[in-house]
This record gives sequence, structure tokens and C-alpha cells, in this order.
Amino acid sequence: MTDKKTSPEQSRRIRVLVAKPGLDGHDRGAKVVARALRDAGMEVIYTGLRQTPEMIAEAALQEDVDVVGLSILSGAHMALTPRVLELLKANGQTHVKVFIGGIIPDEDLQRLKEMGVAGVFGPGASTEDIIRDVQTAVAG
Amino acid sequence: MTYSQAVLNGDRLALARLLTQVENNAPDGRIALIELFPHTGRAHLIGVTGAPGTGKSSLVNQLALYYRKVENKRVAIVAVDPSSPFTGGAVLGDRVRMRDLSGDPHVFIRSMATRGSLGGLAQATANMVQVFDAAGFDIIIIETVGAGQSEVDVARLAHTTLVVEAPGLGDDIQAIKAGILEIADILVINKADRPGVENTEKALKSMLDLAHPTERVFRHHGSIMRTVAPTQDSSSRLMWIQPIQKTVSIESKGIVELAESIGRHVSHLRQSGDWAVRERTRLEVELEALIREALLNRFHEDVSQKEYDEALEKVVQRNISPWEAVKMLLNGRSK
Repeated sequence: MTDKKTSPEQSRRIRVLVAKPGLDGHDRGAKVVARALRDAGMEVIYTGLRQTPEMIAEAALQEDVDVVGLSILSGAHMALTPRVLELLKANGQTHVKVFIGGIIPDEDLQRLKEMGVAGVFGPGASTEDIIRDVQTAVAG
Repeated sequence: MTYSQAVLNGDRLALARLLTQVENNAPDGRIALIELFPHTGRAHLIGVTGAPGTGKSSLVNQLALYYRKVENKRVAIVAVDPSSPFTGGAVLGDRVRMRDLSGDPHVFIRSMATRGSLGGLAQATANMVQVFDAAGFDIIIIETVGAGQSEVDVARLAHTTLVVEAPGLGDDIQAIKAGILEIADILVINKADRPGVENTEKALKSMLDLAHPTERVFRHHGSIMRTVAPTQDSSSRLMWIQPIQKTVSIESKGIVELAESIGRHVSHLRQSGDWAVRERTRLEVELEALIREALLNRFHEDVSQKEYDEALEKVVQRNISPWEAVKMLLNGRSK
């Protein structure tokens, strides 16, 4: 039961969906990020490999997440990302911040930002940066 | 429109957001729970528990598919995973095994972290189940954290509790049989295509042979919750013999038989009067928890942090005992 000193008003925890859309099977990065966000005190819903944008949006809705993190290493980010954003919007989840991790060519960065992506993390991004950016995005 | 109206109208986004409010014990969540309460009490609550790695999530996936495809029931799933005791964070991974359910508007899966609760469920799980019940889901499956010996809260919440075992854990059965196996209405041996399944089954059967016939009672805060209807003579009442069901959930084997077994349990609960007794027990547990929380809040409103810390310090210094400290603090209350 309750700790003797906890107030009934529990603070809201940041909920993050970490998903791997598309067909590549490399989920180590997604797992590292999930673990890092967990260690930063967030609740991370991990959905596993080969998710369609529809599955991701549905999970984001049911879990009422604040953040969706997409791990894309297949090069299909310019096809998958707008679809996820569109579906989130259709479901009324315009407040959800979408981050992308993976191999994203520089020339696509600007276009992804314009679509509404909150941040892109390439190889070498530190988990500290990811945690900070997620926290800032949710707070702002 | 209020949360509760939107949820009753079938708005899935409102449902998702309300679940968050309820999980966070926010004021909007409490208001909605009060409004939704008259609409609860219709769903069949199925608890699924067992040691980590026995295949609970895969089994839940298969059961939900069965209820959708064969019985055309609306299914909600509450899947609980542990929070880190250090950071409070969590990785909730039960959805990984439930991808077959994606795309069905009559299925709603919600993951939740224990947030420090120890009984295998989170503190808000029962309230979230109430929201799903009011929202019109016919079947609500509650999957606990990977459970050891004493994570038995689910049996107080669910109408039907499945305890999932798997071959290879058989050597440990002696150790755990006094705890979690006792709460099973149905024992499931999942991964039944694995070697050692005969031994697991034999061990469970011998455990059951020793256990029967007994009255099933829940011990709760020192009092005994009888699961028999008080009006019935205990010698003539219908006894439920815990069945053992073998499944291979990744191959969908044994699922129909398991679902039929669950169906028989529901009939048994209805006929024996146990359904009403379990409902009463569940609501009593909830009521007591709320009373405890309310009294504790009142105490903290009445007793200042300073008084509390002073009393604690005296206990630490061995000037007074904890029992005397409690007496002192309670006497100091103005009301």
C-alpha cells in the first residue's frame, strides 16, 4: 500500500512509446534508448520490431503517451514518419512529440523538422542528450 | 463533455486520457470514477499471473484473440510490469507479444507500471479496471508482473485467476506451491511442447490432490473472507476443482480448451453464489483501502511535519517506542 509519506497526488510520469517501424531487424539502438529513458525515470512502452505506422499510432493512443520515439535504420524514414504524424493527428494526439533515431541523411533533417518531428538523433548521439531533449519537449 | 460521458460514448482518446488521470490519482480521474461507478459490475475480470518467462503475455494475446473471433466480445487488457525501485522508471514490454490484436477497435491494451506497489499489481489497477468495465468491455484481462510467491492481489480483483506455469520450473514447484498456486482457479501449463511437461503436470496434480477438498478462503487483514455464500451449507455447496490446462500459446494450442475451462468457472461462480461473494470481497478491499488513504490524509493534515519529525527523532534516539509515538501523535490531533 501507500508509503506513509506519499501524498495521494502522484506526479505524472513521462510516458514514451519506443517503436521500430519498417522491416529492418536492428533493435539494439531502440533498446539502449528505452533503457536510458527508463533510468531517467520515464515509463517506456516498448513495442518491438516491424511495426506499421497504424500499429504505432494505435499503441500511442491506448497508452496515452507524451512522446513517440521511432527507430528507423532502413532508410524509409521519409515514408514512415509522415504517416505516423498524420495518424497521430487524426487520432487527436497533436500534443505528442515525435523523435527519430537512426541513420538519417543531413538533407532530410530539415524536412523532418518541418513535418513536425521534435528531434532527430543519429549515431553517436548521447543518451544524456536524448533524455534532456525529451524532457524539454514534454515540459515545453 | 466530461471524461465519463465521453468514455460512455465510446471515445477511445478520452478513455486513454482518463486512464492516465486515474493512474495518476488526479482530481479529474476521481470525479470520473464516481460518475462511472454505476456503470460498472458487468465485465468478467480474468487475472493472469505466474513467474517471469512463463508466457503470460503470449497467452493473454491468444485468449483475447479467442474472445474476439469466437465469442465476439470486447476485450480490454491491463498489463502490469515493474517500476524500477531506484528511478521509478519502467520498461513496459507486454505489447511486444500482443501484436496480433493490433487494428481491432474492440480491443484496448493498456500497459502500466507498478509504481512501488508490491502485490503484483499497481495501486491504480483496480480503478483502471473499473473504467474499462464502465466503458463496456465484456472481458478485462489483468496481467500481473512476473510473480513469485506472494503477489496474490490479482485474486482479490479478478473473478477468475489463471496461474501460468511452464516446464522446467518444476523443481521449484515445492517452494512456490504454498503461495501463488493456491490462488489459481485454473492452472495453466504453458509451453507444453517442452520437455519436462509430464513432471510439471505430475507435480501440480499431486499438489492439487493434497489440497482437496478445502474451502477456499481469502485471508485479508487478519479477517477471513469466505468464498462460500453464507446461506449455503458448506457440505452441499458446489466445489470447484482447479483444472490443469496445457497450452502452447505461440502455436495457439489448447486455447479453446482453456477458454472453455474459463467459461465453466464463470458458470460455477454464478451457480454457487461465489460470483456475488467475490464482488463483495473486492469492493470491501477497495473500500478499506480508501478508508485507510482518507484517514492517513486526515492525519497528515492534522499533524504538522514538525511534530511528526520530532516524534520520529525521539524514536530514533530510543527515548520513546514507536507505539508511544503513535499514541502521542494521535492524541495531538485537534479533531
